[in-house]
Amino acid sequence: MRIRQHPILEFEKGPLIEFEHDGRKLTGHEGESIAAALHAAGVRVLRHSIRLDRPRGFFCAIGRCSSCLMTVDGVPNVMTCVTPLKAGMRIETQTGKGIIPDVRFTHPPADPDYPRDLGNVPLAIVGAGPAGLSAAIAAGRLGVECVVIDENAVPGGQLIKQTHMFFGSKEHHARVRGIDIGEILLKEIEDLPVSVITGTTVLGLYADRVLALLRNDRFHRLTSDSIILATGASENMLAFPNSDLPGVYGAGAVQTLMNVDGVAPGKRVLMIGAGNIGLIVSYQLLQAGVEVAAVVEGLPEIGGYHVHAAKVVRAGVPILTSHTILRALGTEHVEGAVISQIDPQWCPIEGTEVELDVDTICLAVGLTPNCELGSQLGCEEAFVAELGGRVSIHGAGLATTVEGVYIAGDASGIEEASTAMLEGRLAGLSAAGRLLPDLDRNELARLKKEASEGLRTLRAGPFGEHARAGKRKMLELAGVRGGDS
Amino acid sequence: MSHRQDGILEPRQIDASVPATERLGRGPVAIIECVENIPCNPCVDACQKGAIRIEGDMNGTPSVDFDICDGCMLCVSACPGLAIFVVNKGLPGGVAEVSLPYEYTPLPSVGDTVVTLSREGAVLGEGTIQRVLSSKALDRTPIVTLSVPADHAMDVRHFLAKEPPA
Repeated sequence: MRIRQHPILEFEKGPLIEFEHDGRKLTGHEGESIAAALHAAGVRVLRHSIRLDRPRGFFCAIGRCSSCLMTVDGVPNVMTCVTPLKAGMRIETQTGKGIIPDVRFTHPPADPDYPRDLGNVPLAIVGAGPAGLSAAIAAGRLGVECVVIDENAVPGGQLIKQTHMFFGSKEHHARVRGIDIGEILLKEIEDLPVSVITGTTVLGLYADRVLALLRNDRFHRLTSDSIILATGASENMLAFPNSDLPGVYGAGAVQTLMNVDGVAPGKRVLMIGAGNIGLIVSYQLLQAGVEVAAVVEGLPEIGGYHVHAAKVVRAGVPILTSHTILRALGTEHVEGAVISQIDPQWCPIEGTEVELDVDTICLAVGLTPNCELGSQLGCEEAFVAELGGRVSIHGAGLATTVEGVYIAGDASGIEEASTAMLEGRLAGLSAAGRLLPDLDRNELARLKKEASEGLRTLRAGPFGEHARAGKRKMLELAGVRGGDS
Repeated sequence: MSHRQDGILEPRQIDASVPATERLGRGPVAIIECVENIPCNPCVDACQKGAIRIEGDMNGTPSVDFDICDGCMLCVSACPGLAIFVVNKGLPGGVAEVSLPYEYTPLPSVGDTVVTLSREGAVLGEGTIQRVLSSKALDRTPIVTLSVPADHAMDVRHFLAKEPPA
């Protein structure tokens, strides 16, 4: 179902083209993801699982989870959530591991602008989300040449689907919508010595800060004097019977589908999780004309801001705290859900089960920092629950335990995009300080203090308690293990 | 139940945001339903008369000087939490006006009858659309003013467009 009317967004779609799905002719818009085109055409089952032959739909919609693999033009295991639709594509539901065709695979022609060896850059930034772009702006303004690398087709990270106005103060782009903040950041880098390479995955980081890149099925090598890891986070899954059914989607995936592709995830959604993401996405669903049956939260209290909760409650959506989902119903895709109250030990209370008529279950049950690249490089890590999982140990200036490598944004601990921007700025300043020995130290100190003060204020309230505790632990660990300033 | 459990403010929390009856009778005034210490302050910058204040850093809760506020509505679409409403109880005939941020499509038209909803999402009754502000300055947060029975003024916080006649 395509969203025809939206209060915030206008969807710029490519031309309408024909493609084939399991022998059937369908139409979609050129350039949208294959998964979005199929969803708009009512196709939710993309493949069947390897061992138990269970139906699978997409889950993350950002090319991380491998739930959406299909056979495209004879090639199995194509990530359809990030592969653009082209006219005449032959798309097949994949069963099991798929069969690799007996053909010689050919590389796409080499792009003269992207030689195999991309040379050396003073500062390589992995991730063009709010943290990565802010880091590039801060370092670029001081004259540091930066390359920002992002695996998505468009830069901006998750900002590109944030239709709501941001909090904070005017220094942090408060009251500006996330989608517009992304544009503002990209505009700012235009006049700076910063280049952004999209559609490019950093496959690995090696000693002496060598980056292995994959772009258009070709490998590239880039060396750097300094690296900032702004790799963001991945959505958490929740285990319950039938949680693998097509129609159980991550909150970020739902946002991508409706706010980027303009496709409604379903007709009636059950939201799991009443943190800010669950509440905001519920509101965005209502704005897209999708019904929200309820917001279910296991904790006895709502995790997000009351103002976000109030927006959905006054629209008639109940928020059920101390509740959980017991199971999803359906065989090929979600056809309902059973929820129940839980006691303080999180055990379902008998007799409180309620069956809800929903076709989509949206999981907003937290995020986990993406720490793989830091691990590969040997950055020391710690599991800090308050930060969302394993993160590279970092000091107040965002330096990791590996010389010249910094971290910022959700990759350094799950927080808001506003804090990610300030952390990015701080990491950019730290990297610039290391790269430019002639930099005016007083001015650098002033800029860093300004960013740190901003972070302190954003984290000062009761909702910043986790971040404060997590970052405090980080500082203690960094003090012991040497991730500096 | 507290607002942390079901998202619904308690009467005492609402009372704190409401001016005295005498002030309400004098005309439009901003009601800010923002009770938590969150890092946010665009409302302070939006008010050109300096009627909105937040004590300490931006994590404080906003308060309105009801003697300065004239209900101009500049703060309504500036609030990222969509938590500011303007209530006008200075009208004759047992009618009041409620202005609220409305980020949905389609926008209602002046004269439409709509179903009014409370903070809880419960149906209160009917209202009539009086004005729809939707300028570029409001940045896709239109402000809709509806007239409601005067005794609903402190409860109406949302509305549903009535189904168009078949």
